Amino acid sequence: MKKVNEIMNKVKIKTTINNRSYKLDVLPNQTLLNFLREELGLTGTKCGCEIGECGACTVLINGEAVNSCLVLVPQINGKEVLTVEGLSDGEQLHPLQKSFIEHGAVHCGFCTPGLLMTAKSLLDENPDPTEEEIRNAIAGNLCRCTGYIQVVEAVKNAAGEY
Amino acid sequence: MEQDKYKIIGKPEKRVDVLGKVTGKAKFADDYNVKHQLYGKVLRAKYPHARILKIDTSKAKNLPGVEAVLTADDIPGSKVFGIVVQNQSILAFDKVRYLGDGLAIVAAKTKEIAEEALELIEVEYEVLPVVTDPEEAIMPDAPKIHGDNNIFVHHKVRKGDIEKGFQEADYIIERKFKTQFIEHSYLEPEAILAEPAEHGGVRIIGSVQNLFSSRRSVAAALNLPLNKVQIIQSTLGGSFGGKDEVMTAMCCRAALLAIKTGKPVKMVNTREESMLESYKRHPYTMYYKWGIKSDGSITAMEIKIYADGGAYASMSPYVTWRSVVQATGPYYCENVKTDVITVYTNNNYTGAMRGFGSPQVNFAIESMIDIIAEKVGKDPLEIRLQNGFEKGAITATGQKLEHNVSLKEVLLKAAKEIDFQNKWREYKSQSDAPIKRGIGIACSYRGVSLGAEGTDAAGTIVSVQTDGSVIVSSGITDMGQGAQTQMCQIAAEVLGITMDRIVFLNTNTSRVPDSGPTVASRGTIMGGYAAKRAAETVRSTLMSVASEMTGYDVEVLDLKDNYLIDKDSGERLASFSELAAQCFKKGRPMFGFGWYKSPPTSWHEENGYGNAYFTFVYGTNIAEVEVDTETGKVNVINFVSAHDLGRAINKQTVLGQFYGGVAMGLGYGLLEEFEIEDGIPKQLNFDEYLLPTAKDIPNIKAIIVENEDAAGPFGAKSIGEPTNEIAAPAIINAIYNATGKRIYELPANLERVLLGHKLTRKGERGSVQKEKEELIIESCKIK
Repeated sequence: MKKVNEIMNKVKIKTTINNRSYKLDVLPNQTLLNFLREELGLTGTKCGCEIGECGACTVLINGEAVNSCLVLVPQINGKEVLTVEGLSDGEQLHPLQKSFIEHGAVHCGFCTPGLLMTAKSLLDENPDPTEEEIRNAIAGNLCRCTGYIQVVEAVKNAAGEY
Repeated sequence: MEQDKYKIIGKPEKRVDVLGKVTGKAKFADDYNVKHQLYGKVLRAKYPHARILKIDTSKAKNLPGVEAVLTADDIPGSKVFGIVVQNQSILAFDKVRYLGDGLAIVAAKTKEIAEEALELIEVEYEVLPVVTDPEEAIMPDAPKIHGDNNIFVHHKVRKGDIEKGFQEADYIIERKFKTQFIEHSYLEPEAILAEPAEHGGVRIIGSVQNLFSSRRSVAAALNLPLNKVQIIQSTLGGSFGGKDEVMTAMCCRAALLAIKTGKPVKMVNTREESMLESYKRHPYTMYYKWGIKSDGSITAMEIKIYADGGAYASMSPYVTWRSVVQATGPYYCENVKTDVITVYTNNNYTGAMRGFGSPQVNFAIESMIDIIAEKVGKDPLEIRLQNGFEKGAITATGQKLEHNVSLKEVLLKAAKEIDFQNKWREYKSQSDAPIKRGIGIACSYRGVSLGAEGTDAAGTIVSVQTDGSVIVSSGITDMGQGAQTQMCQIAAEVLGITMDRIVFLNTNTSRVPDSGPTVASRGTIMGGYAAKRAAETVRSTLMSVASEMTGYDVEVLDLKDNYLIDKDSGERLASFSELAAQCFKKGRPMFGFGWYKSPPTSWHEENGYGNAYFTFVYGTNIAEVEVDTETGKVNVINFVSAHDLGRAINKQTVLGQFYGGVAMGLGYGLLEEFEIEDGIPKQLNFDEYLLPTAKDIPNIKAIIVENEDAAGPFGAKSIGEPTNEIAAPAIINAIYNATGKRIYELPANLERVLLGHKLTRKGERGSVQKEKEELIIESCKIK
């Protein structure tokens, strides 16, 4: 019996990842998470559960925060993807990155890329969120180290910089 | 001002490892890849208890793309490992003892081929009866897991005369408490990359918490000397005590595959594999019997605890030893008899997890003290102040507390912060409404570091470069708690430099001394003290060079803000970089090695007493809750956490420990439960295993109390685990204050709060069966 990957035709897509355009032949059954990490070497996006529960793999697709473990690569055709590697402007850190550093919101750092992307999507939409809105926004990002308090403070403070 | 005493100590310096973590450049274990790497996968057990009759790997070996299929027969050295009892199989060879046991490993060109090969391995089993309850496992006819006795640890504490104590009592109060398995839930699943080393041996990089114990086991399994097994810690995505034995097994397996194939081998657990195989926090069944006088003083404590050790010994002997030492809480009592019995079962093995045997007993102790308070008509704060330890107290193990015993200070500061007593009285008599409020308090004392568990020493290296930049490395590891940053801050303080000059090297077993495991909240006190000594060694060399350079006496010179200064005038005489360059030019050593061995402790295992720990820390948590009496939902609305930690080296990372510890304790109290039925785990991912989210954690008021302790660097003691060990009982006591119903079994989820017992799903989804009633000994014998 042939393997799925052997009989499956690759799909041609055009996409923008971290402000760079790509023309790609991709496997239709590959997750975006796996594609970013294994094919593009963008390992900043983390794999924690692969079922869309932990949020460590959060990236932005057209500005919206999504779990990249639940997205198949062809779904990014014609869309813009932003990962943690594309968050800073060269050496210049994004206000959220600075704020996470200043407020001690980073402990082990494994959930940090996902939290940063979720927070960016929130602040792009709502530059002055209440604490409750911040907590609602990041409720899908699990963090075992921080107890979320310094994360909420960091997002609140970064909002002031927007 | 106290704060001005130090330039760097106590300041919220940013973490030394933070830049990579916010830009995605930090490399966690699964981020390491090399060309031509193979992918390793593990075949795990089909039954929780079975004899292995035959393993046939021939079909798997013939699958194209497969480079090796190995079983225990292929291990050249020791097939088992273990920190105390060497009985954990790297790959099972006689029996499988729980569902997470590995039987065979495959290395293949892709993950998919490796997984397909696993399906081609044929195993013949003789299925054996399963035992999963520790109290059933001690029965004579119970199935035996190892050898002929399932009991493998029995720790005791004996003090005074327990019979006399009960005779003196006005009331005797007995209760039974139970706690659950919980999962560490480090967000990063286990992963490593093992490569054959150039001149023999193996080099491993991965998510390993305790590098030196893992190294010892790899060396023993492969018949290699320790210097041919190099383990490097990648940036660790959380551990909480959890990346020890499970990583040792993974290291041994990947190393074996790498040596056999001559190629690099990558191994990564999925979340499901991680939860299936990894060890958990011990479930305890605890029988507490206290004799009390009508004034609330405690005359006797008789405590019997059964701990579920699961399939392997792991850290159980140490975890349960901390429990036996701390089982009475920080309360005066002349007559104590404590027994902690640890038993093998066919459940996941249990081991180290943040708290290390204290969260379980603290739940029982802090429930008991509230129960006796009510019995004698006192409030929860009064009873704790009445019975709590002071300086000079003699503990249950006969140890005299000679350090600053700040139990009452933390109790009072926490209570004052939230107006505890008034709220407690008000909520106690609140009128009937669907949503009820409650407030609860819990306190603890905790032995610092390993204590009489074993050798307690650590080493740190401070190396000044010729341009005045500095590299720090240590045998103490970082898993996100900030150990690297603490050690760098201590070095910076001693050397009078700023933090941006320092880089911390990831721990590598071949480049730093064996410093034991980074556990028991010993990172700052042990690694930090060693860092202080290392930096002092370098400083003394630099100062003598400075004196030669300037002609000033050493006594009038100082290092401050990256400069050599004249202490009196504050004049800058040279930059730190110039001084470093001069030191190099003169051929003087710019390298300092610091070693710290803890003060002595003692333990008499047979008679159950001793000076268990060289110092202790004290903490208090207060939880304010809202209980929905129609659904059983508990919301924690306010929280106060007060801890005396000696000195905060970094206030910001300390606060992080407070918040994270409380969050984990809240999960333990209200949400988390790893259920195993007949040896089969029920939750293997975060859809069913519930972790606290940002919506579950209240604002937490942290109170940092600093009574310096001579045993630690700049007076610093411990904070990682204390913050995690009393949140659950504070919440449980708050629920009682709100509802008048006491929870005896964790977690206090909806059904336990609403119905008083757990609902269990059996068979078909949706069918519900009431669990067997728990035996709660409610009799208060009044003489």
